[in-house]
Amino acid sequence: MDCVVTGGNVKVLAKAIHSLSRIGDELYVEPQEDGLPLRSVNSSRSAYACFLFAPLFFSRYTITSEEAFRCKIAIKSVQAVFRSLASLEKTVEKCHIELDRKKNRITFTLYCKHGLLKTHNLSFQDSESLQAVFDKDSYANVFRAQPRLLVDTVVHFPPSLEEVTVAVSDDRMWFRNHVDDEAELSKAMLTELCLASDEFDHFAVRAHSSVTFCLKELRGLLVFAESTGLPISMYFDEPGSPVVLSVTDSVLEGNFVLATLSDDPNHRKNNTRRAHTPPPPPPDDFMNDDIDSYLIAMDTSMAPGPSATGPPTPPLAEPTYSKQPVAASHRTRIHSEEEEEEEEDEPADSDGPPNKKFCSLFFGSVLPPSSQMSTQPVKSQVVLASDSEDDTQAE
Amino acid sequence: MCLRFSAAMPLSTQSQADDEQYVLVASLDNARNLSNILKAITFKDHAIFNATPNGLKVTVEDSKCLQANAFIQAEIFQEFTIKEDLVGFQVNLTVLLDCLNIFGGSSVPGVSTALRMCYGGYGFPLTLFLEEGGVVTVCKINTQEPDEPIDFEFCSTNVTNKVILQSESLKEPFSELDMTSEVLQITMSPSQPYFRLSTFGNSGNAHYDYPKDSDMMELFQCTKTQTNRYKMSLLKPSTKALALSCKVSVRTDSRGFLSLQYLVRNDDGQICFVEYYCCPDEEVE
Repeated sequence: MDCVVTGGNVKVLAKAIHSLSRIGDELYVEPQEDGLPLRSVNSSRSAYACFLFAPLFFSRYTITSEEAFRCKIAIKSVQAVFRSLASLEKTVEKCHIELDRKKNRITFTLYCKHGLLKTHNLSFQDSESLQAVFDKDSYANVFRAQPRLLVDTVVHFPPSLEEVTVAVSDDRMWFRNHVDDEAELSKAMLTELCLASDEFDHFAVRAHSSVTFCLKELRGLLVFAESTGLPISMYFDEPGSPVVLSVTDSVLEGNFVLATLSDDPNHRKNNTRRAHTPPPPPPDDFMNDDIDSYLIAMDTSMAPGPSATGPPTPPLAEPTYSKQPVAASHRTRIHSEEEEEEEEDEPADSDGPPNKKFCSLFFGSVLPPSSQMSTQPVKSQVVLASDSEDDTQAE
Repeated sequence: MCLRFSAAMPLSTQSQADDEQYVLVASLDNARNLSNILKAITFKDHAIFNATPNGLKVTVEDSKCLQANAFIQAEIFQEFTIKEDLVGFQVNLTVLLDCLNIFGGSSVPGVSTALRMCYGGYGFPLTLFLEEGGVVTVCKINTQEPDEPIDFEFCSTNVTNKVILQSESLKEPFSELDMTSEVLQITMSPSQPYFRLSTFGNSGNAHYDYPKDSDMMELFQCTKTQTNRYKMSLLKPSTKALALSCKVSVRTDSRGFLSLQYLVRNDDGQICFVEYYCCPDEEVE
C-alpha cells in the first residue's frame, strides 16, 4: 500500500487514530480496493471501532493487487507519529504512508514546514481480520445530531464516570449516569439530562428502551466528530444489544460499536454462574433473543493463505458453525473471564455478586454455550471471538 | 537554610557597611532572570557556582558524561560586585530555586521579586534577600566545598560539524522524542541527510531530517559525515534549555563529543547562554 494524505486530511486521519486509541491498544490495518479501513477493538471485545477512508480521501491511493493483506500495529506508536495534534494543521503539509511487506514495516513520512522531514518506521504484526457485523438499518431507534449537542451533554458527566444510560421516548432522549447496583445509592449523585427531539437532526423511535454503555468510547468519537464537524448517528435497540455510533461523509465513514449492559439481573447472574460452573447450562430464554439481527460479531478467522484453495468461507453466512471457531470462541470467553478475575482486587467468589463488567455480559449474551452450538444449528450465528494469538498475549 | 521575614525593609536601605563582609554581591530587579535560566540546567541537585568579574557561571553535571553551564553576564545584574578574581562555591540548586520563587514566582507584568544575593566567602552561607511588594525574605543556604567541574576539552578548533538552528524547529521534535529509545542519534553531514535526529524505540525507528537550506537553518558548516549516539536520558534535560531559547548551535568535535549552545533571551530582552556538553554513547561504524 502506498498513499498520500495532504492538507487538512492529515489532521482528520490523526484525529481518527486518536479516537481509535480510546478503544484498544492495537490498530488493525487492512488496505482494500475501496479504501483504507483502520480498526480497533478493546481487550474484552466489548467495543469496536472502524474508520474507513475512501480512496478519494487520499491524494494518492494505490494498493498492490496481491492477495488480501492485513496487519496490526501498536496504536501508541502510530499516535506518536501524530503526537502534536494542535500544531499538525500548521506544520504538516503532506503525509505519506507506505506499507512494505518485505521489510515488515509501515513508514509514515510527514513533510513539514521549513523542509523538516519526519520519518517513522514502525514494525507490524500479521493479524487476523477484524470485522464487526452489524446492520444499521435493522435498528429500532435511530438518531442523528450535531456533535455539539452531544458534547454539551456529556460534558456534565465527571471524567471518572464509566457508563452512561440513554433512554428514549417518542419525543425525548435522556442521558443519565449509570450507578452500580452494588454502589450505595444514597451516596451516589445522579445526573440526568433531557434532550428534546427537535434538537436532533433526525429522531426516530420505534421502541421505548434504555441502554447503558461506556462513556469513554463515546467521548473518543465526539472528539473526532467535533473536529471534523460531522453529525453523529446513533442506533440502538434494547439493553444487551450493542449501540452503534457513526459519522459519515463523502470520503470517510466511522462506526463505533459498543456493548450495552443487560438490564435483566437474572440474566446477568446466569452469565456469571455459567462461567464458573462448566459445562454451562443453556439459559432457556437465550434462543428467544433476537440476536441474529443486531449483535455484532468479530470474524477473526485467519485469512486463507496463498496456498488456500477456493474462496474464503464467510463464517457469518454459514447456517451451521464448524467446530473450530466454536472452540476458539469458547476459549476466548473463558480467557476473558480469567482476565477479569485478575483485575479484581478481592478474590473472586463464585457465588458472589454478579460481575457488572460489560465484557462478561457481552460475551454471555452473544455466545451460546458451546454444547448448544454444536448440537443445534443456529441461523446466522454470530460470534465474538479472538484468535489464539490474542490468548497467548494475555498478561 | 533559614528564613527570616521582616516587613518594610526595602533592599535599597541595606546599609553599605553590611556589604563590606561579602566577597560577592549581585542584585537583580527581577529574580526571574536568574531563576529561569537556572531551571534550564536543573537536572541534579548540586550546582557549582563560579563568579568572576565577567559574571556568574553555574555548572551542573551528571554521570561524568553530561555537563550543563549557564552563563549570566555581569551586565545582566543591576549590581555585580566581586572582591576576588574568582569566587567559587557549591549549593543545592533545587533549594536555591525554591528560594528564588518564594513569593510564588508570579509572572504578572509589573510584579517582580527583587533579589540581592550575597556570599561572605569560604564557609559562609549564600544569603538571598528577596523583596516583593515591600515584604523582604532573607534566605540563607549552606554552601558546600565546590567540586572541580569536568573539563570536556571541547575546543572550537576541533569542531567537525556545526549547525545553528532556530530553536522553534527543534522544540517539536524534542518534545515528541520516542523515550523508549535508549539513544538519540545525531547525524551531521555535508551531503544528505545533512542534519538528522534518529531514535530507535520499541515500536520502530524515527528520523527527523533538516535540509541545509531550510529557513530554520541559520548556519550550516559540516565538513565530514558524522553519526554519534547520545544517551537519551542524558540529553532529555536539555529540552528545558531548548524551550527557553531562541537559537541553538549544535556542534560535534572529532571525538564525537556534542556541544549544544542555547541563546536565551530573558524577560528584559537581554541575552544569556546555556551550554550542554555530552559524551557520545558508543562508536558507530
